[in-house]
Amino acid sequence: MTVEKLKEKLMLDAVVVPDSNREITGCYIGDLLSWVMGAAKTGDIWITIMSNINIVAVATLCDTACILLAEGVLVDEEVKQAAQERKINILSSKKSAYTLSTEIAELLV
Amino acid sequence: MTETVKFHFTVDGENFTMAGQASVAVKKNLRQLGISPEIIRRVSIAMYEGEINMVIHAGGGEADVFVYENMIEIVLTDNGPGIANVELAMQEGFSTAPDQIRSLGFGAGMGLPNMKKHTDFMGIDTKLGKGTKITMRVNF
Ligand SMILES: Nc1ncnc2c1ncn2[C@@H]1O[C@H](COP(=O)(O)OP(=O)(O)O)[C@@H](O)[C@H]1O
Ligand SMILES: [Mg+2]
Repeated sequence: MTVEKLKEKLMLDAVVVPDSNREITGCYIGDLLSWVMGAAKTGDIWITIMSNINIVAVATLCDTACILLAEGVLVDEEVKQAAQERKINILSSKKSAYTLSTEIAELLV
Repeated sequence: MTETVKFHFTVDGENFTMAGQASVAVKKNLRQLGISPEIIRRVSIAMYEGEINMVIHAGGGEADVFVYENMIEIVLTDNGPGIANVELAMQEGFSTAPDQIRSLGFGAGMGLPNMKKHTDFMGIDTKLGKGTKITMRVNF
């Protein structure tokens, strides 16, 4: 499933989606960045409520398919810019990480 | 062993929003060198943790990356406060990071353990009041 498809299926908001054809292979939920660095896998959807600029570097280094901001969390313009430059997809939703992950689980089977 | 390529970066200790730039640049450079994605991932995650540590705990430092035929070496050098108890610092969850750093998602005390986990060798040379030098190697 691509990031574009995920966005449609779960009716997510596109914050920045510079790499919409990126393939999704899994999902990881976490806000502590070192924890995410240690555990998120290439191709994961990374669900978080952390919104500072460092999430872009973490997503770049972990090579996650997209960042999915839960609970209606917003990001600054500078975060959007950095994500655009580094081709990092950021989506958002008002739903909780739990709700999102149950919906994702159905899509990924 | 012939040294093929090296990269050098100064890690700014003042600018937290720029933290991770060196690691992101290394990732890009390694990709251009045709290094496998899994090796790049390990190198860049380990380096990022070390880079962040220099920013949070040591007021910045220097990062050197050497790409050899079968191995990548990362050397992080700072003139920070040094690490009082390395064994303790290496434990998962141990952190002296202040609250405002934690609110940004850092300071989980998983950095040094992550660096060890993602590399084949990690050596810490530290002196209180003088600084810390961390050497990491990833074989391929
Ligand atoms: N370069 C460094 N200079 C001084 N102290 C350091 C350095 N790197 C790590 N430390 C010490 O080791 C502890 C554990 O580091 P780490 O596992 O990365 O956790 P965290 O950075 O989340 O606190 C830090 O809280 C800090 O006290
Ligand atoms: Mg750390």
